[in-house]
Amino acid sequence: MNSRTLELVVGLFVAAGFAALFMMAMTVSNLASYGNGGGYEIKAQFDNIGGLKVRSPVAASGVRIGRVTAIDYDQSRYEALVTMLIEPQYNKFPSDTSASILTSGLLGEQYVGLEPGAEEDYLKSGSSIEITQSALVLEQIIGQFLYSKADDKK
Amino acid sequence: MLLARIEQLGRTALAGIQRLGRGNVFLLQILVGSVGLLRRPGLLVRQLYSVGVQTLIIIIVAGLFVGMVMSLQSYYALVDFGAEDSVSVMVVLSLLRELGPVVTALLFAGRAGSALTAELGLMKATEQLSGMEMMAVNPIERVVAPRFLAGVISMPLLAAIFSAVGVIGAYLVAVELLGLDSGAFWSQAQAKVDLIQDLGNGMIKALVFGFVVAWIAVFEGYDCIPTSEGLGQATTRTVVHSSLAILGLDFVLTALMFGK
Repeated sequence: MNSRTLELVVGLFVAAGFAALFMMAMTVSNLASYGNGGGYEIKAQFDNIGGLKVRSPVAASGVRIGRVTAIDYDQSRYEALVTMLIEPQYNKFPSDTSASILTSGLLGEQYVGLEPGAEEDYLKSGSSIEITQSALVLEQIIGQFLYSKADDKK
Repeated sequence: MLLARIEQLGRTALAGIQRLGRGNVFLLQILVGSVGLLRRPGLLVRQLYSVGVQTLIIIIVAGLFVGMVMSLQSYYALVDFGAEDSVSVMVVLSLLRELGPVVTALLFAGRAGSALTAELGLMKATEQLSGMEMMAVNPIERVVAPRFLAGVISMPLLAAIFSAVGVIGAYLVAVELLGLDSGAFWSQAQAKVDLIQDLGNGMIKALVFGFVVAWIAVFEGYDCIPTSEGLGQATTRTVVHSSLAILGLDFVLTALMFGK
């Protein structure tokens, strides 16, 4: 095999390797949610975040509009402090928007759902959401249910 | 009798340590020799062909079938929970994190590693290597370094191709054969697979495996006993040691990357 064909074949091999990497990055990885990096951060405090994790989605009406970037514990209020990065094009959420931690499906992953309020001014970078609803903890619900059953019997 | 046994144990241990030391010095020499290779890229291209391109066929076929089988098996496990849409997540994550790098490296050790050892060993047995030294040509720079570097470069590319073909195979089975929704297949994977955490770490694994397999292969060839029997043993050792090193290192790397 002469050296030109050799170089051609090796070139094709290297190109195929990078094409494979590129194809996987585009089709099966979350490349789309990287990239822009922009957006604005809002904070919300919750009594209990359940199974929420960093990089969990933030959704409004089921549409993904951002993701959770940090979860901290606020020792002064004894509550979880969740920081979310909202994509820049979704910048018209009223300042009395409420946030709740929801579960996709019965046993699916947890995400933050935003429910717009009615105020005139909008949430901006650094503002925090006042009205929040914690994650539903299945054990607590079952516990309450059992107690109420016990009360009924009296 | 007992003393002789202990003596033998000591001899084996010392020989092992000596061999390990020779291996490390050899690696250092290869790395130094690789610098000189920049002036002669033609040597590297020729080795990339025999190490990388000629391994391509087995990688593509293996990737396709591994992807298809994974897809079928995880479908039967997940369909009971109504979670068959997660087939893509399961297959893609296993391929990117584990199967892509590990299976590629095992095949690579069997296909390319053994060939490297046999080639170098035969060169040693026919005294081509010492002939080069006589002509003041450094055989490590001229013969070993291009083969080593070609192995290190080829492995990540082969692993990427393996995973990509595996994903295509999984798609064919899941969507065309089992009738899952094509949109759900891609979107589920996109929601769970992280570019850096999964794809990036998989490629790092592949690079490490390529380094280790190429190192073992060229060292075994260069260090073999130059007889037909020694050559056979060296080739076998390459495949066995590479495979063990890959599996052991995979555990260590997985624990470092994904274990918390």
